[in-house]
Amino acid sequence: MIVRLRQPKRQISIEGVRTVNQLLDSLDMNRESFLVIRNGTLVPGDGRLDDDDTIEIRPVVSGG
Amino acid sequence: MTYSKCRVCREPAIIDLPRHNANFCAEHLLQLCRRQVQKAISDHDMLSFDDKILVAVSGGKDSLAVWDILTELGYRADGLYVGLGIGDYSDISYDFTAAFAGERGLDLQTIDLRGEYGYDVPTAAKVTKRVPCSACGLSKRHLFDKAALDGGYDVVVTGHNLDDEAAVLFGNALRWDVEYLARQFPVLPARPGFPKKVKPLVRLTEREMAAWCIVRGIDYQVEECPMALGNKHLAYKEALNAIERESPGSKSAFYLNFVDKMAPILAGHSQAASGELNDCAVCGSPTTGETCAFCRLQDRVSGREPVPVELVLNKKARKAYLAAQSAAEE
Repeated sequence: MIVRLRQPKRQISIEGVRTVNQLLDSLDMNRESFLVIRNGTLVPGDGRLDDDDTIEIRPVVSGG
Repeated sequence: MTYSKCRVCREPAIIDLPRHNANFCAEHLLQLCRRQVQKAISDHDMLSFDDKILVAVSGGKDSLAVWDILTELGYRADGLYVGLGIGDYSDISYDFTAAFAGERGLDLQTIDLRGEYGYDVPTAAKVTKRVPCSACGLSKRHLFDKAALDGGYDVVVTGHNLDDEAAVLFGNALRWDVEYLARQFPVLPARPGFPKKVKPLVRLTEREMAAWCIVRGIDYQVEECPMALGNKHLAYKEALNAIERESPGSKSAFYLNFVDKMAPILAGHSQAASGELNDCAVCGSPTTGETCAFCRLQDRVSGREPVPVELVLNKKARKAYLAAQSAAEE
């Protein structure tokens, strides 16, 4: 699947992960610090992901 | 496909909130957020529907969300945006703010630091040799206070959320800084020369606020302020989120129990809140000295040649900033 990341904006390709939690764990991202969005809609931790999905992992922590 | 169900209606969930040990659909996530804001407002006597409210807006998720929630709940709230002159970051942040206000027909006031006061945050940081967030916070506090008093507003609302407050509390507790601990509450009452200030989002995490914006279709500045990259506040948030992951609910217990249990004990321990103040010789704002900190800053930095953002960043932050610039150009 195509995964769009922020801070800075970039894009990576990942295969084989089946859920949002697996995806975040595979990237060593704390679930408390990110949201996952598919087609403009949030996907919860146990939400299924497919290899042909395009998703965004959005960081939620701000330092200002 | 989703397995988790909304705790309220059993429809498919869009978000899991471990601190509530529950999942929520879009409708009931919004309901949760509204109720938490209403509870904060009620518990701490923050706002009334007669108040003329000024929201400090930055273009980020929290300030746009709080403006959205208050307006939705029926409060009369205008916005104030301060242009800090932090390169493209400030320009884009303003665009998000103006679009939000324009689409909803809300009243947005703007102040441009360089245009109206002759300096910007990167230049102030370079000249004073202090961390950029220091000059930024000082400038914003002064300008929001002034705008509220000049505009006849009853109260200033800021978008500080539970994570912000927990991180500040963590930093203050690491140093046992009683002066700051005694002032770190969801409401700062009005004093002569200072408007009342309130934080209606203190019961909501920044993950919940980002989710609010996504569900409500609010476009906001997702990128981090380049001046904040690598600051202590972010490090404290990271530490607290590591704890939260292992023990959901820790952040809210840490901060909200502090507010409930320590507020009575710390009452009266803030010298800044109770000390005698003079009128600033330049602008008339309250100050402990002859001239207030904002006017002293302006006197030092106003009229200086603008300093590019990348020149005031540490090595790590500069690398991240230049990578972001490069990504934006692609």
